[in-house]
Amino acid sequence: MKKEYYNPEDLKKFSSISEWNKELGDKFFDYYSSVFKEGHLTAREKSLIALAVSHVVHCPYCIDAYTKDGLERGIEKEEMMEAVHVGAAIKSGAVLVHGVQMMNRHDQLSM
Amino acid sequence: MATKSLKAQQSELSNTQRQLEILSNGIFKNGQLPTFKQKLKEHTLPPIQPKKLSILQINIGYMCNQVCAHCHVDAGPDRKEMMSRTTMEECIAVMETNEIETVDLTGGAPEMHPEFRWFVEQIRERTSVNEIIVRSNLTIIMANKKYHDLPEFFAQHKVHIISSLPFYKRDKTDRQRGSGVFDQSIKALQKFNRVGYGKKGTQLQLELVYNPSGAFLPGDQMALENDFKKALREDFGIEFNHLFTITNLPISRFLDYLIASENFEEYMHALVDAFNPAAAKNVMCTNTLSVSWEGYLFDCDFNQMLELKVASKHSHIRDFNAIELEQRKIQLSQHCYGCTAGAGSSCQGSIA
Repeated sequence: MKKEYYNPEDLKKFSSISEWNKELGDKFFDYYSSVFKEGHLTAREKSLIALAVSHVVHCPYCIDAYTKDGLERGIEKEEMMEAVHVGAAIKSGAVLVHGVQMMNRHDQLSM
Repeated sequence: MATKSLKAQQSELSNTQRQLEILSNGIFKNGQLPTFKQKLKEHTLPPIQPKKLSILQINIGYMCNQVCAHCHVDAGPDRKEMMSRTTMEECIAVMETNEIETVDLTGGAPEMHPEFRWFVEQIRERTSVNEIIVRSNLTIIMANKKYHDLPEFFAQHKVHIISSLPFYKRDKTDRQRGSGVFDQSIKALQKFNRVGYGKKGTQLQLELVYNPSGAFLPGDQMALENDFKKALREDFGIEFNHLFTITNLPISRFLDYLIASENFEEYMHALVDAFNPAAAKNVMCTNTLSVSWEGYLFDCDFNQMLELKVASKHSHIRDFNAIELEQRKIQLSQHCYGCTAGAGSSCQGSIA
């Protein structure tokens, strides 16, 4: 058993999850490929959203995949970094907005 | 960025046998990845066979004013190989006696050959070749006063121009092709536009070639063409006809880069994973022959750079025999995955 939790080689084996449950695996991959097709949003815009979310959910596989996907689509590094900041801003905002709950609770309990 | 060819650096990778060993050993020898021939069998595809020849791609010399990081020719100012007038005459003789639809002139920078203009004029005057393509790196037009009037020369002879521009921004272009290349390329494109190239209502075709500036595959050709057209029009007022996306094949300088940056195995995995059977049916070696500066024949320009001559009894342009060549087997190795990945890749862009 390898000592690392994350192994870049595992990304190549992603499709193997269907081997243990073909029905749900197939449904997931069908859904996934449909989501990323051109729609009201362009595939390019979706790639940038995916990159931002990859950072927020701390997924190293997704970061590798969507950095490469962005390069293939001609997305520039400045656009990629802006997308990451959007994710970071939402994430930090989500932490800080709980500060209001803290303030409310503080005031409720205080004289 | 290197200013010398691999050959001038006496790099191990200037040896084509060494390149072929790298492409056949390791992950392909230990079974981690299938060889290209095995992949064709996996998809029950027949061996790749030539169809009717329509394109004669002639590499008239390896000299170039640029030393691009990805160049499969290993071209540069230090490369002195140039086609002789005798070999050019032998090429013209083939065009005179065979139905060649298109002649595709490449290099190096083909414009640097001292007989370049003579060769173009002779093809137009003496043959019924429908289309003459010149693969211009653009910067050569601005490199010296003697090249400044080339756009007019090309227009006069109705030459179809296919030019490399890796990206519509300075940074990525200069990293791949050298400092200052982007600005000079833009000036050259504006010159082409001024004589009518790429403009609506003219027959003067100007195509751009995009190839990735790194260890990744090209994205969708149409989406990238839209991005290029928008950016070049808005930023520089430049018009062009089409964008061709070309995959970097893992040979020569790009192979050197892949190995040095430790991207070789991942890149080969990406090429193999993206194998597209539809692209395999339309690869350019089925209707194209490549001629080297010495007059030898190859299935494609990449095989020329790997010194894999056509598998035919006669392999020199002076002994050209169309029927014999149509019977030949195409020479394959793992670099061929570059032409079958995703939407496929050829000198005319994607193929599937």
